Amino acid sequence: MDFLSPSTWEEALAVKSAHPDAVPIMGGTDVMVELNFDKHRPPALIDLTRVPELTRWAPEGDGVLMGAGLSYTRIIGELAGHAPALAQASRSVASPQIRNRGSVGGNLGGASPSGEAHPPLLATDAVIELASVRGTRRVPAREFYLGLRHTARAEDELIAAVLLPRPAGPQYFAKIGTRNAMVIAVASFAIALDAATRTVGTGVGSCAPTPIRAVEAEEFIAGELDWDGGSPLAPGAVTRFGELVASVARPIDDVRGSADYRKHALSVMARRTLAWAVTDHRKGIEQCA
Amino acid sequence: MRVSFEVNGEQVTADDVWAGESLLYVLRERLGLPGSKNACEQGECGSCTVYLDCVTACSCMVAAGQAEGRSVRTVEGLAEGGAAGADPALAHVQEAFVAAGAVQCGFCTPGLLVQTDDLIEQTVGRGGGVPEDAEIREHLAGNLCRCTGYEKIIDAVRTAAERTLAERSEVAR
Ligand SMILES: Cc1cc2nc3c(=O)[nH]c(=O)nc-3n(C[C@H](O)[C@H](O)[C@H](O)COP(=O)(O)OP(=O)(O)OC[C@H]3O[C@@H](n4cnc5c(N)ncnc54)[C@H](O)[C@@H]3O)c2cc1C
Ligand code: FES
Ligand code: FES
Repeated sequence: MDFLSPSTWEEALAVKSAHPDAVPIMGGTDVMVELNFDKHRPPALIDLTRVPELTRWAPEGDGVLMGAGLSYTRIIGELAGHAPALAQASRSVASPQIRNRGSVGGNLGGASPSGEAHPPLLATDAVIELASVRGTRRVPAREFYLGLRHTARAEDELIAAVLLPRPAGPQYFAKIGTRNAMVIAVASFAIALDAATRTVGTGVGSCAPTPIRAVEAEEFIAGELDWDGGSPLAPGAVTRFGELVASVARPIDDVRGSADYRKHALSVMARRTLAWAVTDHRKGIEQCA
Repeated sequence: MRVSFEVNGEQVTADDVWAGESLLYVLRERLGLPGSKNACEQGECGSCTVYLDCVTACSCMVAAGQAEGRSVRTVEGLAEGGAAGADPALAHVQEAFVAAGAVQCGFCTPGLLVQTDDLIEQTVGRGGGVPEDAEIREHLAGNLCRCTGYEKIIDAVRTAAERTLAERSEVAR
């Protein structure tokens, strides 16, 4: 097994293209588990921690272009205002030591359906930048997850960055697990209200082979919300939203929870996060008035 | 492969390192620094916590090659060097763990000491006060202890933070 250490982005792309079956390693919090337990022995590792671009972020348009290797700790500390749902999700990942190393690029690279970054990226319509020696392209998160651990990323591509659109309304993330720390989600959910386009985004984790959106729920609740007046939602609408979110789930029974429990938890989280978001939205309107 | 980096202020080199080997393995098995413990090798327990370039990490989750040229501080580096030849003095965190009875089998202790040192650095060390219990629990959420039930550990962390704060106020005066 080889250990390849590119120190520039161009070099990293060239190395990945020359060794498509080599495994990139950033924080190592997924890769090292596999190596330590001998689950997988790739021909080579490509260490991405020496590529400076991957751990930088900068404004782009009214959003932020975040290097794929930025640690969860730095997302929490530096991007909470730019990407509230992603920052909330980051806070719920593992433990401080894991958050110091783990990255959204690694979450996207592994593409586990329980990965914490996915629901916020789906809900906020984030865009993933992929690159190879052939060039750079951008794929919306909503088109990135294709099947179980299968994504739009080609063999020779690396994940360069994530474009996080500027929030245009309240965002929330919620996760169900057996304890607060160090827990893989039994189910997770993110919601983003976009007052500019009068749309609602959602993302559902751990409830299907891939992270998914609840499109019908999004459209339904966007039509129910009083975007300008700020009058409260009818209780029936909140309940219906929860049901519609749960209806997209195709969960499995496993050691972490039964399929029925996951659907139930999902509808509860959907209702709660919606209530929080709508409360914030109404407060915003009151302050403007 | 050969990996060279700084450990506790000294330049070290390890040879014949396998590309998939963890930093934890290199520290323990190749560099004679068994302070960092191997209890799970999957990032779950925190017993292997070290500083990597001033940021704490589970050393079992770091590939050895990722440490090349970087600076590592292990539990062995917490004690402050005394006069030449003398035993290094225990750091406040270490003394507080002993005094509070926060150590039983001791397997979790090295990781807890490093992560506690980090918490104190991020609070008292940056001009803040002694961390609240909730903050202590959150910062140590990735360090498992199967013996103590954590109460004495929380006491020790609070004591260590108080002593550090008292000492720094003294110096500032
Ligand atoms: C104890 C523990 C608890 C955990 N808890 C959680 C949790 O609560 N929630 C959660 O979501 N995850 C959790 N994880 C999993 C892991 O921490 C996350 O998936 C993290 O985001 C991985 O990031 P990384 O940088 O460490 O990835 P790495 O391990 O370095 O890489 C992961 C995968 O992504 C690929 N990759 C990395 N960077 C790139 C890139 N730039 N381009 C292309 N491919 C790339 C790698 O080849 C690999 O396949 C946990 C892990 C541990 C050990
Ligand atoms: S041995 Fe590294 S976290 Fe348990
Ligand atoms: S003292 Fe035994 S594991 Fe903590």
